[in-house]
Amino acid sequence: MSASLPVELCGLSLPHPVINGSGCFDAIAARRAFGDELLERFPFAAFVSKTITPEARTGNPPPRLWETPAGMINSIGLPNKGLRGFLEQDLPRLAELPVPLIVSVMATSREDFGRLVGKVAARPEVAALELNVSCPNVHSGLIVGEQPAETEALLAELRPLTAKPLIVKLTPNVADPAAVAVGAEQGGADAVSLINTLKATAIHPATQRPWLGAGRGGLSGPAVRAVALAQVAAVAAAVAIPVIGMGGIASGADALAFIASGASVVAVGTESFRDPAAGARVAAELEEALAKCGFEDPAEARGMALQSPSQSEKRLQTEEPIGRSAR
Amino acid sequence: MTERVLAPFGRRLCEVVENRPSRGYRVFTLLDVSGPMPAAGQFYMLACERRWQERVERPFLPRAFSVADALQGEDGLRLDFLVEAVGPGTTRLGGVEVGERVWVNGPLGRPFSTPGEINPAVAGAVLVGGGIGVAPLALLRRQLADRGVPTRILLGFRDREHSGGVEDLFACCEVRLASEDGHAGHQGYVTDLLAVVLEGDDPAGAAIYACGPPAMLEAVRAICAARGVTCELAMESPMACGFGACFGCAVPLAGGGYMRLCVDGPVVAGEQVETALVAGSGHR
Repeated sequence: MSASLPVELCGLSLPHPVINGSGCFDAIAARRAFGDELLERFPFAAFVSKTITPEARTGNPPPRLWETPAGMINSIGLPNKGLRGFLEQDLPRLAELPVPLIVSVMATSREDFGRLVGKVAARPEVAALELNVSCPNVHSGLIVGEQPAETEALLAELRPLTAKPLIVKLTPNVADPAAVAVGAEQGGADAVSLINTLKATAIHPATQRPWLGAGRGGLSGPAVRAVALAQVAAVAAAVAIPVIGMGGIASGADALAFIASGASVVAVGTESFRDPAAGARVAAELEEALAKCGFEDPAEARGMALQSPSQSEKRLQTEEPIGRSAR
Repeated sequence: MTERVLAPFGRRLCEVVENRPSRGYRVFTLLDVSGPMPAAGQFYMLACERRWQERVERPFLPRAFSVADALQGEDGLRLDFLVEAVGPGTTRLGGVEVGERVWVNGPLGRPFSTPGEINPAVAGAVLVGGGIGVAPLALLRRQLADRGVPTRILLGFRDREHSGGVEDLFACCEVRLASEDGHAGHQGYVTDLLAVVLEGDDPAGAAIYACGPPAMLEAVRAICAARGVTCELAMESPMACGFGACFGCAVPLAGGGYMRLCVDGPVVAGEQVETALVAGSGHR
């Protein structure tokens, strides 16, 4: 038995359900290292850009990295060329990629967010936008994404600006990510993606001061996978819009677990650092994993791990709360 | 030499064909049957196939290694790497056994320039290496010799234990040594030797190439800046990916902002950087 991989995400037809996590792959820099072989063997079904902000940012002071057990902490600080630099210099290069382009944007005010979304969405090279309301490296990023009402209000303001899909990247650093996902959905989001990195820090072994230049950062890699699965399941049970699941995915078996937990599409992040072609490998392994479990395609496996609403309600009364608690 | 050699896309498994001690260090050789000949100064991201994040907490990420030598054999390219066990990744790689396999991504990064590319008036080269940082200078020496560039080599070490690589990688050539404990050559720093060489030199006589610990690189940068001599430094900064994806290896630029050492380096011109003292180089 074999499985087929094509999926649809917000009207985009993708040959397989594996994309990259924002900020975890720079296609322009990778082309400098690997040349056009990168385009011939592009590992992702869609490409998500690094987050663009209204003005250019240089990023956080080093050190920016710390290796943890089965993972890493990053404290990069969203270095980017700003809206203008992105549109003039980066977008034409990213348009050469053989896959749909999703541009990640972040701003600290609704006005700036609106300006970003308007200008980026107006470019024909852009297939969809991801709204970064969750980057834990920048204080302002936390404000909206921690609050369901704030998230809903931001989406309500941005929704009329474009017909292109708006994906909300959720932060895991809240007690109830499903409530924020519901806010995003009610505000008009087309999809949600999660998880972003978990707030984390490391201590310098000699000085006992924070190791990272910015003091703290975000944890990623297999270390966060179990947390990510639970959050993806909770969000998928609470919303009807598609969920893009990520957090420590390193194999096709991992990807299938996220799909079973309700994800329509999955993203590879940290594993690409270890293996630049990891996205394509995960997709190939997913096909095998689906077939092995007797699924014809990702849609058939989607949500297998989710409990029915009645079971969830019962569980809420007797055990720790899993699944939706809002709405 | 300035043109970076492109890496095949994706990582590949290479067999370990040799692993020998070199005083306190190890030199291991990988057989690369499909990769291109690297340019001196380029590096590879290495991770063992087995016992790398497998029943152990770390290492998790691959580790960046300058290629110390590269020889085309009948069965493939033989890549030499010099390693000192200073953390879980280097300990594992230093202990690789012949016949096991290592994941390889590379060659990566910007290589050394030729002296003529640095300054058309310059004909010769001075190589300044310290400790484990002598590694990329060995391949540079070979590639400069192939081009007939007159080259002087200055190498410095803390002590005998930390002078691995000299006999292994520079066996064929004349080197001037400095050691902090005085066991070989001048007692003191290799930068003392550099200062003496530059005293007797026309500032435009030779291009300086350096690789070593941050404090040594910073001293080389400062000496060259004070004398108006051009230098290239092969630097190190903790990196997760090696190909521009993680943005972790940020090094402050002289004019403000940061470069990513993996794609804009690891070889940088002395005047590009604010300092060669890279933050975070202690986490291995």
